[in-house]
Amino acid sequence: MKIPSLYSKEVMKHFTHPKNQGIIKNADGKGRVGNIVCGDLMELYIKVKNDKIVDIKFQTFGCVVAISVSSMLTEIAKGKSLEQALKITNKDILKKSGPVPPIKIHCSVLAADALHEAIYDFLSKNKRPIPKELQEEHERIQNTLKQIEGQHKEFIKFEEKILEK
Amino acid sequence: MKSIYLDYAATTPLDPRVLDAMKPFFSKKFGNTMSLHSFGREAKYELEKSRAVLAKFINARHDEIIFTGSATESINSVLKGIAFANKGKHIITSSIEHHAVLETCKWLEKQGFEITYLPVDKYGLIDLKKLEDSIRSDTILVSVMHANNEIGTIEPIEEIGKLCRDKGVLFHTDAVQSFGKIPIDVNKMNIDLLSISAHKFYGPKGVGATFIRKGTKIEPLLHGGGHEFGLRSSTENVPGIVGIAKAVELRKKEMKPEEKRLKQLRDYLIKNVLKIENSRLNGHPVKRLSNNANFSFDFIEGEALIMQLDSYGIAASTGSACSSATLEPSHVLMAIGLKHEQAHGSLRLSLGKYTKKSDIIYTIKVLPKVVENLRKISPFKGKW
Repeated sequence: MKIPSLYSKEVMKHFTHPKNQGIIKNADGKGRVGNIVCGDLMELYIKVKNDKIVDIKFQTFGCVVAISVSSMLTEIAKGKSLEQALKITNKDILKKSGPVPPIKIHCSVLAADALHEAIYDFLSKNKRPIPKELQEEHERIQNTLKQIEGQHKEFIKFEEKILEK
Repeated sequence: MKSIYLDYAATTPLDPRVLDAMKPFFSKKFGNTMSLHSFGREAKYELEKSRAVLAKFINARHDEIIFTGSATESINSVLKGIAFANKGKHIITSSIEHHAVLETCKWLEKQGFEITYLPVDKYGLIDLKKLEDSIRSDTILVSVMHANNEIGTIEPIEEIGKLCRDKGVLFHTDAVQSFGKIPIDVNKMNIDLLSISAHKFYGPKGVGATFIRKGTKIEPLLHGGGHEFGLRSSTENVPGIVGIAKAVELRKKEMKPEEKRLKQLRDYLIKNVLKIENSRLNGHPVKRLSNNANFSFDFIEGEALIMQLDSYGIAASTGSACSSATLEPSHVLMAIGLKHEQAHGSLRLSLGKYTKKSDIIYTIKVLPKVVENLRKISPFKGKW
């Protein structure tokens, strides 16, 4: 008998072999998002050329699904125009991942948020107009992040210490 | 592919000798213990023989042992049965009890009872002084676990029992994790009520037992045919009961050398795992179950850790929020003062009688690799 997997094949594939994992040092846009529900934290880096995402990388502190959907998102977003990328939602990620337990759906929301934050960062850095919806989304995400970072204060302090060295 | 089971605190495999003892009672010796004919009398004889084995093991009387369907059932029937049979409305327990105790207490609160949840120190130990101060004139029962299922901390049961005895309050202990590992004498330890489960010590699932001191006022949870001295109606699960008795007999013989061996293995495991940077041991360094090791690793999440270990053939457990149905981190780890994110990266490794030294060596080879892998993905990017 084959032992059933905890998650879909696609989820396990991206968890065990995550794509585009890491950081982009001179990224054009960076999104950092947190999820108040479970304490997960996700970071996304994008490289933009002619309004197209030419490179993308992620780092995630979280569970199997959180790591897996981060990886999936990078695959979905890579090569897309900014306009197309802004239309990516967690539904697109769930289409790729196959069914995840209801309690894990927030992980896919987190990944989509990270992408939109990275685009927001790129637009604002380049003094480009920011669509109203993106602006509202940004404010909501930042609010949550502040609470998460409060939770992870000590880790963040530790991280900063190491980066100073 | 390797297959290393390090989750004995969750459940244990049935000992083949226990299975052999149980086998005849499924189809050949299938009688109902309440029947008057020879089939029934045969079953009844085995039932009482099994009861005597359990009683002797904890220095109880034969008629102080009640067989149940699980430790959760034992605990429910003790807490509810004592609450409704005795005058008073106050119950004291600890904040690190198993959900079987905590959820039952929450339900009793809804029925109008008042519950005090004692805090614990950073090792998970309750404070006897705080317990003493919490006892009121209307306190009916104190329920404190013998050993904790997550961090393995062993509570000062004998002292708690003594205190309760002096104050005239009944004392129940959830001994699910300690039974068959630490010797228990209900008289010496001043225990009035005790709950256990067979599948935690190589017995079958679906069999529990309750010790209820003679003369204790208690209401049954299940009413019916009057089985188990009227305290637990239900046709007795004779194969299961024969199984728990056989498992107890085996523990009696094998417990002592086995616990010594496990303790050495566990200490070897702990020493080596703590070499991983930013790791810590949860629970008490000495007052802990011989088979329990519980760690926290900074910057990673437990469910991801468990699934990575699983891919290497290692079965373990975590108190991470992501792995729970409610997305709440372990209440035990929070009670000993861990922060949310530290509970996030927790790992419980629990050893048992089939754990070999080579299993531990393999685990301490794999674990640092897996932790490093996950830290690489983590945005807390100290240069891992």
